[in-house]
Amino acid sequence: MRRAIDRCPSLFLVVALLVLWQIMFWLVGRNALLPPVETGLYLAKLLQTARFWGHIAETGTAFIIALSIAIVAGLAIGLILGMSRTAAEVFEPFLLAGNSIPKIALYPIVLLVFGIGMPAKIAFGAIHGVVPVAIFTLTACGNVPPILIRTANAMRLTRWDTIRSVLLPAALPDIFSGVRIGFSLTLIGTILGEMFGSQRGLGYLLMTAIGLQNIEVIMSVTLLLVLIAATVNTLLLIQDRRLRNPVG
Amino acid sequence: MADPYPIHVALRDVTKTFQSKLGSIDALGPIDLELRQGEFFAVVGPSGCGKSTLLDIMAALAPPSSGTVTFEGRAIGTSVPDGVGVVFQENACFPWLNVADNITFGLRRQPIEQMEIERRLQYALQLMGLNDFARAFPAQLSGGMRQRVCIARTLVMQPRLILLDEPFGALDQQTRLLMGDELLRIWRATGATVLLITHALDEAAMLADRVAVMSARPGRIMEVIETGWPRDRDSRIVSDPEFGVITARLWSLLRAQSLHALRPDTA
Amino acid sequence: MHVHLYRLLAVVLAVALLEILCRGHVIPPLTLPAPSLIALGLLGVLAHGTFNAAIVKTLTNVGLAIALAVTIGTIAGAALHRAPTLRTLLEPLFSTYYAIPIYAFYPLFIVVFGLGDAPQVTIGFMLAVVSMIVSTLAGLDSVPPVLGKTARILQLGPVATVRSVTLPYAAPYLFTGVKLAIAYAFIGVIGAEFIMSNTGLGYEIRFAYDNLDNNVMYPLILLILLIAVVVNMSLDYWERVLRSRRERA
Repeated sequence: MRRAIDRCPSLFLVVALLVLWQIMFWLVGRNALLPPVETGLYLAKLLQTARFWGHIAETGTAFIIALSIAIVAGLAIGLILGMSRTAAEVFEPFLLAGNSIPKIALYPIVLLVFGIGMPAKIAFGAIHGVVPVAIFTLTACGNVPPILIRTANAMRLTRWDTIRSVLLPAALPDIFSGVRIGFSLTLIGTILGEMFGSQRGLGYLLMTAIGLQNIEVIMSVTLLLVLIAATVNTLLLIQDRRLRNPVG
Repeated sequence: MADPYPIHVALRDVTKTFQSKLGSIDALGPIDLELRQGEFFAVVGPSGCGKSTLLDIMAALAPPSSGTVTFEGRAIGTSVPDGVGVVFQENACFPWLNVADNITFGLRRQPIEQMEIERRLQYALQLMGLNDFARAFPAQLSGGMRQRVCIARTLVMQPRLILLDEPFGALDQQTRLLMGDELLRIWRATGATVLLITHALDEAAMLADRVAVMSARPGRIMEVIETGWPRDRDSRIVSDPEFGVITARLWSLLRAQSLHALRPDTA
Repeated sequence: MHVHLYRLLAVVLAVALLEILCRGHVIPPLTLPAPSLIALGLLGVLAHGTFNAAIVKTLTNVGLAIALAVTIGTIAGAALHRAPTLRTLLEPLFSTYYAIPIYAFYPLFIVVFGLGDAPQVTIGFMLAVVSMIVSTLAGLDSVPPVLGKTARILQLGPVATVRSVTLPYAAPYLFTGVKLAIAYAFIGVIGAEFIMSNTGLGYEIRFAYDNLDNNVMYPLILLILLIAVVVNMSLDYWERVLRSRRERA
């Protein structure tokens, strides 16, 4: 049993969580939960309606735009600050502070500035994602072992060539980790942004379902979100590990 | 005895001063030094005496505060001259590239034909015993193997001057002795001038034609010892009685300097 | 010292720019009042004590969430360190944990715990506890085996070893865990209050927004941001001090 778990922990984990879910359902009752099988069936049913896909498309579009903005802006901030040690030192605490504030407190400001609808969702999602990308990119530049830059100098590489062929590949694993975290946070931010001031999207669905005590919708949408988030994150994690430990 | 050898590298009156929060620190000099073409030259000295700074200045990785450095008759500017290769003590392999790509990294940036690149790669892999590891990544190799990759990377550029800054410092004694033999083989095969910075007296004594002993900071050259070894030597030279004499001489010169470096208050 | 000066300069310049843009009505006052007005509003709010109940409520809930997360997280981390199979099983959960929208579970907590403080505290706890577990595990992992051997040679029993060797060695990691737990507890509790509660600072901000009451909303937002920034910066500073003692310059 032990070796089986060691070899494929995710599988056993999923099974364990499903069992836990079922047990919680028996304890708590139909007012609060649906059992796993029913939730899955209900989700399957939803996925057959065009309307549900409309919501998914809405969230998906907002998310993709928000993520693109987050990655581009985060990389730019991280690289520009990473080029100068003074700038990096000066501005790093600001970035770290940005990571630890409850961004939900900024939500009303976003709504006031961008109005209700797509722009607000995208902005809120991007705000969530840009911070980890910037922080990781910044620290990635600082973590490049100086010996590699010295080697590039000894090989007479131009400054631009050094950045392109040595600095960026050396920093890539950390940058990728930042993008991975940025992905998850942007998704959370976009969904949160949809919970208020929106008429479509998965976040909106969730919020209305909460108001109407519609357990089926709450559980199915949550299940869908968890599945998407967990799957993509795991795939990105695998790539992350591969970047850190390249195998011939 | 007049110097019959052509001079490859010459340092005249070179000093290096660093600025720090505590004021300026005289790290090095004044240094007068000449490397003969094709010789194997070692530099030993106590910690902090500026050996690595000396190497940096020779490779134009750092400018001297005063004095001149000439390489092949021309003064060195601010950029690393063509024909100079450097091997550092720390692991300088690019972790995202496999061994073959690491080795050919510098070559691919030059206008050299693919076939020539391939030829030099195979030669270096052969010379350094890395044939089976061409596709491996640095993380999968031991410290000694990684240093071999770094040496191979320098070799394929066919440098005329090879500077090594304590390249075997992180390796165990036995590996170091073997790597020393390899270094001698490379030296003979390429005909390059080799400068080896090391803290290991025995390594300097057995590998080099001449050994310079540096004083504690600010580092100056106290004496240059000729070993007189034949060109086709290897580590078995340790059984030659002359080896003991040379090592003893090095240590007697160095001992007082090392004590001084450990405790600057002792005269 | 230059660095602190530059930072101060950056903040001052940014605030000054905002002030100018707001006073010049480039940014409409209905969107964002001038920073000076927000600051004055905050002083007024604090002086009158209008929202003291909400502040106390939020801070209490956050404190509770932190206390629970740190205690349970450390114990769970230590236990998992001794149970490698269970740890391997849970590891994928820990790596994916923060990707999952925990807020989606909020309605579940409301139904289970009823309205009140428990759902908020639970969300804060759930966000914070995993970072505490992960940090505890990292800290315990980092203790080199040679230290354990040294302890045995010195005849230290298991409890003494944990107390005098393991914990002090792992302390920086534990501290990082606490720092992250505090940040997450804030984020979780205030977020939960905002989304679906009727008490606490998060709720008050939402209420003010719904009623278009910028004069209350912005000062409260500023208050939350200030608390979060001050708390986290102090913890960052302590963390740096702790780590600098361990690492070479």
